[in-house]
Amino acid sequence: MIALSIDITLRQDAFVLDVRDSASVEVLGLSGPSGSGKTSLLESIAGIRTPDRGEIIVGDRTLFSSQRRINIPARDRHIGYVPQDALLFPNLDVKGNIAYGAQGAQGAQSASFESLVQILDLADLVDRRVGMLSGGEKQRVSIARALMTRPSILLLDEPLAGVDRERRDVILPYVLRIRRELRVPLIYVTHDEQELRSIADRVLQLAKPGSGREN
Amino acid sequence: MTAETWAIARFTVLMALIATAMVLPPAIGIGWLLARRNFPGKTLLETIVSLPLVLPPVASGLLLLWLFGRRSPMGRALDAAGIEIIFTWKAVVIAMMVISFPLVARSVRAGIEQVDRRYEQIAATLGAGPVRILRTITLPLASRGIAAGAVLGFSRALGEFGATIMIAGAIPGQTRTIAVGIYTLVETGREEAAWVLVLISAVLAFGAIYVSNKLIEQGARA
Repeated sequence: MIALSIDITLRQDAFVLDVRDSASVEVLGLSGPSGSGKTSLLESIAGIRTPDRGEIIVGDRTLFSSQRRINIPARDRHIGYVPQDALLFPNLDVKGNIAYGAQGAQGAQSASFESLVQILDLADLVDRRVGMLSGGEKQRVSIARALMTRPSILLLDEPLAGVDRERRDVILPYVLRIRRELRVPLIYVTHDEQELRSIADRVLQLAKPGSGREN
Repeated sequence: MTAETWAIARFTVLMALIATAMVLPPAIGIGWLLARRNFPGKTLLETIVSLPLVLPPVASGLLLLWLFGRRSPMGRALDAAGIEIIFTWKAVVIAMMVISFPLVARSVRAGIEQVDRRYEQIAATLGAGPVRILRTITLPLASRGIAAGAVLGFSRALGEFGATIMIAGAIPGQTRTIAVGIYTLVETGREEAAWVLVLISAVLAFGAIYVSNKLIEQGARA
């Protein structure tokens, strides 16, 4: 369980994202049509994007507060971020990608490479080049890379979007396993109702082009 | 090929290699700055960086001659320290560096601009600081642009004439490069030896362009 408090306004072009939510969650499902700002919200939490105003509190840490002039840089936030397209570093192999997060780990204590490889079933992939992986494999490697830093929360942006419908079972069980075995809180983005119900204990619905309202 | 022309060719290639190696670090620094940072005076810096590209090389050479001569504060400081630059091989390297710098910096910049910034952002969420991101993500992903820039700068250095003749002169066995050699040999009526140098420079130029095209081709395939 982690306490989350988000109250931000983010403007980009003509689009305004207004989110307000506060709860203790294990898995927060984030849902809404494309263009409703789901990715922008994740990027704001990860520290890649700066909101125009507001406050983001994860656990007992204020990551961003326009009023108190706090904006912790991404590298000190300890937020695990898995983007929709996995974004594995193409110049490193699978092992290099996973190990990348070890140096920046929270409290200088990285997660165990072996245990992540085991939990995410990556043993056969560690020596491969990232260009040779399937969409689902890329997602799993990207999740392992993010977990190496021992993040206080893991942000997953539509991890099933790039995976065929028949093969979705290849990822979801792993996500549930992370939740169960590693006890890492998650924010899970999807626009699939069924997916949401199977994983989230709370759902934040983003409307287009609007404000965050809870279901 | 006579021993003289062979020595000139070897000397020129060596000087161009040193100049390319020395120009790369500042060109990477400036290229990264222009590709990834916004700051006041950016346009001014861009202009200054490109200046040697459009300025006649002889003009750049005269500026360098003044800068390293005893009439400038820097020249006097070098003189006091007992460091001789003008009309030595060091002047050849400096002339090559200044003239090839814009080509290398622009190529590095283009290479870095092609790197998706989201890789750098992800690296930051994994706890990497700016130096580690540059070293482990940005530069490796921009390596083809950097290599192409190095080859381009090397080729340009090989053919450098105007600035070289101003600050290094054409001293046989000490500062005489291929381009300067062709000119002085023709001037002194030794056209045959000049033609040998023309042939050598054509072979070198062919090799350099071939390598750079190969790099670009591989980059397009990757």
